[in-house]
Amino acid sequence: MSEKKAMRLELLSLTKAYPGCIANDAVSLQVAPGEIHALLGENGAGKSTLMKMIYGVVKPDSGQMTWNDREVNITGPAHARQLGMGMVFQHFSLFETLTVTENIALYLTPAEYGTLDLLRARILAVGDEYGLAINPDRLVHSLSVGEQQRVEIIRCLLQDIQLLILDEPTAVLTPPEVAQLIEVLKKLAHKGCSILFISHKLHEVNALCDKATILRGGKVTGTCIPRETSPGEMARLMLGDELELQDTMPAGNAGECLLALDKIEVKPRDAFAIHLQDIELQLHAGEILGLAGVAGNGQDELVDLINGELGSDSGSLIFHGKDIGNTSVQERRNMGLGVVPADRIGRGALGNMSLTENNLLTSYINQTGKFGWLNWPAIKARAAEIISTYKVKATGAEASAKSLSGGNLQKFIIGREILQNPNVLVCFHPTWGVDVGAANLIHQELIKLRDKGAAILVISEDLDELYLLADRLGALCGGRLSPLAPKSAVPLAQLGQWMTGNFGTLSTGISTDTAAAEVAHAH
Amino acid sequence: MDIGLIENILFAMVRTGTPLLLVALGAMMSERSGVLNLGQEGMILVGAACGFIAAYAGGSLGLGVLAAVAAGIFVSLIFAFIALTLISNQVATGLALTIFGTGLSAFLGAAYVGQTVTGFAPIAIPFLSDIPLIGQALFAQDLLVYLSFILFAAVFVVMRYTRLGLIIRAVGENPEVAHALGYKVMVVRYCAVMFGGAMAGLAGAYLSLAYTPMWSEGIAAGRGWIALALVVFASWRTERILFGAWLFGFASILHLLLQGYGYEISPNLLAMLPYVITIIVLVMMMYRQKNQGLFAPRSLGQPYHPLK
Repeated sequence: MSEKKAMRLELLSLTKAYPGCIANDAVSLQVAPGEIHALLGENGAGKSTLMKMIYGVVKPDSGQMTWNDREVNITGPAHARQLGMGMVFQHFSLFETLTVTENIALYLTPAEYGTLDLLRARILAVGDEYGLAINPDRLVHSLSVGEQQRVEIIRCLLQDIQLLILDEPTAVLTPPEVAQLIEVLKKLAHKGCSILFISHKLHEVNALCDKATILRGGKVTGTCIPRETSPGEMARLMLGDELELQDTMPAGNAGECLLALDKIEVKPRDAFAIHLQDIELQLHAGEILGLAGVAGNGQDELVDLINGELGSDSGSLIFHGKDIGNTSVQERRNMGLGVVPADRIGRGALGNMSLTENNLLTSYINQTGKFGWLNWPAIKARAAEIISTYKVKATGAEASAKSLSGGNLQKFIIGREILQNPNVLVCFHPTWGVDVGAANLIHQELIKLRDKGAAILVISEDLDELYLLADRLGALCGGRLSPLAPKSAVPLAQLGQWMTGNFGTLSTGISTDTAAAEVAHAH
Repeated sequence: MDIGLIENILFAMVRTGTPLLLVALGAMMSERSGVLNLGQEGMILVGAACGFIAAYAGGSLGLGVLAAVAAGIFVSLIFAFIALTLISNQVATGLALTIFGTGLSAFLGAAYVGQTVTGFAPIAIPFLSDIPLIGQALFAQDLLVYLSFILFAAVFVVMRYTRLGLIIRAVGENPEVAHALGYKVMVVRYCAVMFGGAMAGLAGAYLSLAYTPMWSEGIAAGRGWIALALVVFASWRTERILFGAWLFGFASILHLLLQGYGYEISPNLLAMLPYVITIIVLVMMMYRQKNQGLFAPRSLGQPYHPLK
């Protein structure tokens, strides 16, 4: 349709194959100047590979690329940057032990920034211009995820940018942050910068993007104009016809209280830990409690506390009417308290061990046979059962955990915990970086487990997920817990307020100013 | 104790600390880029042997130093090729390098055992060397000691104030990200390892051409290992490496002194003193800052697979 109009970026039949899979199969795509173009697709559909080829991180096997109507052969990220491309990665490409200014300096050439002091001033200026406030002297690991993303965006804006690529930028943001990001992107597009926006979230694509290209299994399955296409239609293009997506889940039926946290306080153990204060919650059989919150507001500490890695300084932790504050992780598992940690590799599974061995790691059901001898056939059968029941895509029970994609490994870990029939299951980011199909399966399994009478605590930053799963909702902010209320009584705006520490009229006398300040990290 | 004795102690402290300082600076640079090279001992030995042979045969100390540095770089390149290009386990490769270096140096030096050369002589800098207490220690040393001061200052400035230092730290912290930003991870790591090799070779030359101007098998006497420990206890910080190296030198002198004064302690126990004191002091320093993290480069020792 736009043969004569100049194109910012045009891909013609890009192909990239890895051993065992074709990541991108003859992908073509056009982006006009000032256009916000969405790239939709499940995990493993080849979006990230495509982005990396455009940005020069990996080289295509075949195909052509034109930039401002001239054919280019991008030799590496530095070359891409020279052409005027910027990229915000999904897993941020920041160095945590360096300051904001140092990180940005590494991204630019000395000719572009002069001295660090000059650069510092420019960071503040660009931050002002686009409403992206940041303190240039802070170490990156002390920033929240949203702020880290800001750093990535600012460093793209410091160069003469013509195309900004964002890999799932909203996955980790709170609703106000998402709204702010959308404003920034619209401002940029208005100035003529093209934007390539990768996302799972259809309503955002609908709200923001001018055009969308949909990938499935490495191939383009369609292009559309999001404003004129229903989310259902886009989901069908993404997932194929076979999958039925559910918008609502049946409500739970809360029973007796299984796990209670009573006025828990955990003092920070190091400079970066969050001080948990006055944590009071009751988790009932047959319900899912959802906790929202921006990363780094006490979620890690809360999960560690329940799991038994962290002891409380005051208050009590009551499981089935018994104080378990002094029991070990192992004892808690034996009682039926399961935890799915946020990081799959490292906490949830050991990357170099096989799925069979990983299955054994958290098992509180005796799989060992007598006198501590391992019963390998039984252990293997169990791993195979998890793989088949939860449709884990792996080469077999002997595949190493790290060979699985994030979504598949998460299915395996959740399956491993669910198959042990826990009384209480804590899920920390159950579907982070997991594609729509796998997330759907995980959600259904959690609902099934709940309906069998388990109490489930879901801690997530994905608000859609919380609204879909939870029976009651709350939020963590600055180590304090908001009031908990039934889902129907918590509109999104209310939850958003709770996430920023404004615990509203139900507040128990907490100064909202200090809590909000902790979130905003005002400098 | 009179002033003269203290001056002598400080003088000997700097001399003894110099080889450790050189090796530790090189190892620190290589570790900051994410490469753990446990082959320091081997590199020192090969450097010491080649330096001595070149100086003996060529009749020139300068030639000896150049040969030692070249040999150190050459041996470190073997390590770099195996550990970085072939992506082998760095720990195992480093250990193998030490064993290899020990054997190679013994083989090369077999004909020279017991030979001596006229080593580097101290050069007193006028006026500065007359400063009481520290004048002798800092300004009446030989050329290689002065060189170690210059190298220390250079490494300190590079790591703290330059973009190059920033890039090295970035590569050691997260090579994948550094690659994605367009930095040549392999080039940086190769160069850092080669710098480590050059420094270890120089330390070898110092041992066989200045400290004890002769060749004897195993002349490094574990200094490579001490230097590696020093880097860790110094939390990869340049100024602490200097402090640790000289502290070790001081304790080494102290034990000779105590023996000289006739304390009734087994000399074997006294010989442990430098190791014990250095480690205790540095651990105490590390303990104080535990809340600020230990500053170990995050990708230290981990293999890096470049994307294609």
